[in-house]
Amino acid sequence: MPRIVVDVMPKPEILDPQGKAIVGALPRLGFTAFSSVRQGKRFELTVDGEVTEEILAQARDAAETLLSNPVIEDVVNVEVVEA
Amino acid sequence: MTELPLIGEAVAVAANPQLAGARIGVVTFPGTLDDRDAARAVRLAGATPVELWHADTTLGDVDAVVIPGGFSYGDYLRAGAIARFAPLMSKIIDAANSEAKLPVLGICNGFQILTESHLLPGSMIKNDHLKFMCRDQVLRVENNSTAWTGDYAVGQEITVPLKNQDGQYIADEKTLDALEAEGRVVFRYVGFNPNGSRRDIAGISNAAGNVVGLMPHPEHAVEAGFGPEEGSGTEGLGFFTSVLNKIVGGNK
Repeated sequence: MPRIVVDVMPKPEILDPQGKAIVGALPRLGFTAFSSVRQGKRFELTVDGEVTEEILAQARDAAETLLSNPVIEDVVNVEVVEA
Repeated sequence: MTELPLIGEAVAVAANPQLAGARIGVVTFPGTLDDRDAARAVRLAGATPVELWHADTTLGDVDAVVIPGGFSYGDYLRAGAIARFAPLMSKIIDAANSEAKLPVLGICNGFQILTESHLLPGSMIKNDHLKFMCRDQVLRVENNSTAWTGDYAVGQEITVPLKNQDGQYIADEKTLDALEAEGRVVFRYVGFNPNGSRRDIAGISNAAGNVVGLMPHPEHAVEAGFGPEEGSGTEGLGFFTSVLNKIVGGNK
């Protein structure tokens, strides 16, 4: 089954409290190379059958209306992944 | 329905027979926690609470709506994001935007649902300190011309409980400036900002003033003996009496 992957990230200008907590924890484990972390979300939408342009358009629409909140998040990627 | 307070004076508000006819809807979603307290606050203020279910497709003849706190749909996706698309919400959005300007109050998760619904601008993200916080919180009333704040004085400080994890109010600078300029910052945190909210904002309204959302919980401060120890403990009751006076005043 093909899947449509949607990646959502907090907007660059929005402080990401979760990312901030993660970047604080990394050096305690010896991972000292990372100066910043931002945490996003990945959605996998499974499609029964072929992914048509119309279905892809639906996924983009769903990404903007439900999967992300445009006030605080950006949809950074919508792509088809074959299983 | 007669349900007397367990502690303290039975009625905090001067009984007005006109008020009992006022019907205030209280919405329950899967995962809502504070619907019973909100209904009780409505009753203690002198009106009749009306249970509304998220899957209902009509609002009935309610005069106002409270969207209470909790964790609707487990806060999955984003707090309030799934609740926003419940069948009843589209009715509430239409009624709030209609000529009649149905008064709508969103408390905590209800506030999050109102921002996800775009009835109120901005959004809530995780508290800046990342922890769930529960405390008695002092708020300053910045605007008493909304449907839900008429019984308060501008500058009045009230103490009500606050309890949230995703309570950090954010919006872009332009939106914040517009909210300030239009007097739509209705409540501000006093003394301590419990979640990193921009400009200490605890609650806001829409342009018409019929829709108000805030993170703290006035419905938990309506009954002597159960509310915050600071102040009278019943300083949240004014929300509910305000909207009743507005409704009754409007019907005269």
